[in-house]
Amino acid sequence: MLIQVLFHVFAAILILAALAVITARNPVYSALALVLCFVTSAAIWLLLEAEFLAVVLVLVYVGAVMVLFLFVVMMLDINLAELRRGFTRFAWLGWLTALAVIVEIAGVVWARGGLGLDTQRGGVPAPPGYSNTLELGRVLYTRYAYPFELAAVLLLVAIVAAISLTMRRRAGLKQQDINRQVAVRRAERVRLVKMDAEKRP
Amino acid sequence: MITLAQLLILSGILFSLAVAGIFLNRKNVILLLMCVELLLLAANFNFIAFSRYLNDINGQVFVFFILTVAAAESAIGLAILVVLFRERRSINVEDLNTLKG
Repeated sequence: MLIQVLFHVFAAILILAALAVITARNPVYSALALVLCFVTSAAIWLLLEAEFLAVVLVLVYVGAVMVLFLFVVMMLDINLAELRRGFTRFAWLGWLTALAVIVEIAGVVWARGGLGLDTQRGGVPAPPGYSNTLELGRVLYTRYAYPFELAAVLLLVAIVAAISLTMRRRAGLKQQDINRQVAVRRAERVRLVKMDAEKRP
Repeated sequence: MITLAQLLILSGILFSLAVAGIFLNRKNVILLLMCVELLLLAANFNFIAFSRYLNDINGQVFVFFILTVAAAESAIGLAILVVLFRERRSINVEDLNTLKG
């Protein structure tokens, strides 16, 4: 009963926060509402006993990705009035699409037996001593070891791509050029001069 | 007790709100990226719901991979956005017409 109440409260917060994300006037407010979305989703995932993923969602999304978003939003000096122009022009199409998606999904879910799955039953609570992280790790490092390493390589590629995209050389910047320093030869630096010894006066 | 139907409806609403957001904010690239994050979150909800109701941990592994890919996507997307802003002084989608031919 308590879980049911909590779920409804969190679901309401989640939907309101999602509405705030798509309708806020300022992108900073959108980003903050998206943070609220992620935190609320993590709470719902905790109710569903997906503890590890809830923690990962808070750490990775709220802690890293949304901070990155906020950095970029605040760093760029954008003209909001220009971007907001024509905000409501295709709004009816957007709401119509949203309504169509909701009606379709609700229809599929409520069509009993059409799914071949009893959608009205609750999940089975995990037995005491069950560790979600342990079970996830057991599968992740055995059956999904190869995709796991691919994901690691993907993240490495993303790091390299992001850095190489945003790095730029400014003209007139005084800095060391390690390649030229290493490649220098003796002849370019030292000059031996032959000269007679001076006589004592 | 949370039923599967409630979760599916919730993720459906979340997904459709994100789709509506793409229609509403079609000029602002930052908000488009945020809406894509919302779409992926709704997909993750479905994965976790079915993983719980079918007692199958593999669904949660997929959520893990989706989170990884989404993080990489947003990092590269924001990097491209920064380069774009440096080049054009604008992030309006309507200004991206170099490939128009």
